Amino acid sequence: MNTTALEKIQAAFPDATCKIALDSVVLDVLPEDLEKTLSRLKKDEEFNCGLLVDVTAIDYLDYPQKPKTRFTVVYTLRNWEKALLVQVRTPVADPEVGVPTATHLWGAALWGEREVYDQYGIHFEGHPDLRRILNHWQFKGHPLRKDYPIEKRQICYETDSMEKEIRARLDKKGVDDETLNDINTEVMFLNLGPSHPATHGAIRILTALDGETIIANVNEIGYLHRGFEKNSEKMTYNQIIPMTDRLNYCSSMMNNIAYVKAIESWMGITITQRAQFMRVVLSEFYRVLDHLVCLSAAFVDIGGLTGYWYLYNEKEAAYDFISRLCGARLTSTFTRVGGMYRDFYDGWQKDLEFHIKSIEKGIDDALTLIATNRILHDRTQGVCVISGATALNYGVTGPCLRASGVPYDLRKDAPYYNYESFDFEVPVGSTGDVYDRFMIRFFEIKESIKIIRQAMKNIPGGPINIADNQVILPAKDDVYNNIEGLANHFKLVIEGVKTPPGEWYDAFEAANGELGFHFVSDGSGKPYKLKVRPPCFYTMGSFHKMVEGSMIADAVINLSCINIIGGELDR
Amino acid sequence: MALGLESNLGDTVITTNLDFVVNWGRQYSLWPFIYGTACCAIEFMSAAASQHDVSRFGAEVVRFSPRQADLLLVCGTITYKQAPVLKRIYEQMPDPKWVLAVGACASSGGIYNNYCTVQGIDTIIPVDIYVSGCPPRPETILDALIRLQDQIKGESVLKDRHKDFKGILD
Repeated sequence: MNTTALEKIQAAFPDATCKIALDSVVLDVLPEDLEKTLSRLKKDEEFNCGLLVDVTAIDYLDYPQKPKTRFTVVYTLRNWEKALLVQVRTPVADPEVGVPTATHLWGAALWGEREVYDQYGIHFEGHPDLRRILNHWQFKGHPLRKDYPIEKRQICYETDSMEKEIRARLDKKGVDDETLNDINTEVMFLNLGPSHPATHGAIRILTALDGETIIANVNEIGYLHRGFEKNSEKMTYNQIIPMTDRLNYCSSMMNNIAYVKAIESWMGITITQRAQFMRVVLSEFYRVLDHLVCLSAAFVDIGGLTGYWYLYNEKEAAYDFISRLCGARLTSTFTRVGGMYRDFYDGWQKDLEFHIKSIEKGIDDALTLIATNRILHDRTQGVCVISGATALNYGVTGPCLRASGVPYDLRKDAPYYNYESFDFEVPVGSTGDVYDRFMIRFFEIKESIKIIRQAMKNIPGGPINIADNQVILPAKDDVYNNIEGLANHFKLVIEGVKTPPGEWYDAFEAANGELGFHFVSDGSGKPYKLKVRPPCFYTMGSFHKMVEGSMIADAVINLSCINIIGGELDR
Repeated sequence: MALGLESNLGDTVITTNLDFVVNWGRQYSLWPFIYGTACCAIEFMSAAASQHDVSRFGAEVVRFSPRQADLLLVCGTITYKQAPVLKRIYEQMPDPKWVLAVGACASSGGIYNNYCTVQGIDTIIPVDIYVSGCPPRPETILDALIRLQDQIKGESVLKDRHKDFKGILD
């Protein structure tokens, strides 16, 4: 598939250099061709890249093979129907001048480019709202530049008022100063968060209200920006795994798996069949847990505390079950590059079946409370609707996108770990309202349980790790008794797993949507650059599209049903 | 901390008996405010849910307004961007108030030794109990609560505990 895609793209863009990196076609274009290239990739029927997956930049200051310019901006695009993944790279001669924006093509670029500006200081010509997003407004410098020292801390003395931004948004919605000053139109500004029970973390939602109706909304994130990407540049590939636990901490194992999968794909490692099945079982089990947390929290916000107990108790029991497997309740750190940390323990299958059964019971109990519940239906149906096209344009993926009727699921569209051989459905919503986003998670839990049962039935025996001691730690017996084993162990611990130099992007269908990792490797045991494509980030970027025109109480339940996880949102 | 009586009574037998009664009341009716930012907040949810049941220790009335709470549980990483928010919330809480730093991040910055993470919330607000773990298990949070109750037992209405505290934002 990829060679034909490469030929097609090369034919369409003769001026660009095209190559293949993993699953994606990489185009190198000149800055003046960037706008043209992106807009053709989006609008041309042949490519139709409707999803802007991510925007990032690379700082080549310390890179061994330096290109002519220090910075490069990378746009990652996807045509999910044809499983076409394209990366467009362009050199940035002067970060102050920057490159033209892509915000007129994709709504997702609004936040994506802001992050690049914040972290790398690259200007985007024509961006309507280019300001910091993750770091605070009093921050000086750009932390992901290679010459920014990691321990240079900057204190924030005051929070940003965001008055300018909400006024600009009001202006865009047709509420100008004259209307605001009119005595009969009282616009009230209401701030939810950063610390608010409804935010489930630290997000700030600023609304301008007409009565109870939201006429304009702007959001501020970054309150949990804890420097994952900068920290990981200082660590070996396996050392980063515990940090990935803390991205989406409700489904830590999925992050572990997605992360090592990205590295293994680049190194050309095929893990053992047993490890593949284990990863399928565990990631589906964590998808169930993630949805349980989301649903139980949503129940609390809707005012149905009973539902919380039905679902959260099962999740709580499952945490103890998981701690029997990996020693921790929340932070699993269960994968390694090349395999898994441990095999399932004896009796795992019986325990798993027990927990799946009780989760099914919890789900059914919760569903009997709400399936025909008029109060819930009135409260959630037709509320905070987002159309499939808008959602895709803003880079929404996962259950939230599927609730809007777009059946994009990487497990079906670009399968890995034998997903194509499992029998499961991808539930799709019809209207894209809160109800759909809420119910779709119940159905996904059922489908995941189906996959778990099939996988546990067919799981083969055999080793869980590959036999290569350049990647996997040798057995302790070898480390103590022969010099080769000792040397391998030492090199793996001190230097880390070596990856071939290059750049690649690899994606995984996590509980919240497409979780991607964009790596740049210089051939050493530590990533030169690691950028996470968190599903939450772009979902939150479309939040104003969902809530404007709805009531303030609807914004609260909408926030709970899109499942924003701070660790992943802000990294 | 003060009740207003002690200015007339001073350090007498009445005040010390008053301490006993007041502390007894305070330690078994802590009203927590959860400043949950990250993973530790999920473990607090578990501590509050039925299996671990924080209400056995009299601290189940979780308030979301700092003005109604006397125990601040900082569950999760605090970044410099959040620091002024945390400080304001602490200041909005009426005296007497206690702070639990739940987890490695709140206690010391944890694994995040970098440009954006506060290296322990005790650089911003005074902390009474530090809870270890990344994240701590619910039992650890309950243990911290019991320790705090023990600490409250020994306090006096005559003493202002954190009068001289000065953080980086002061």
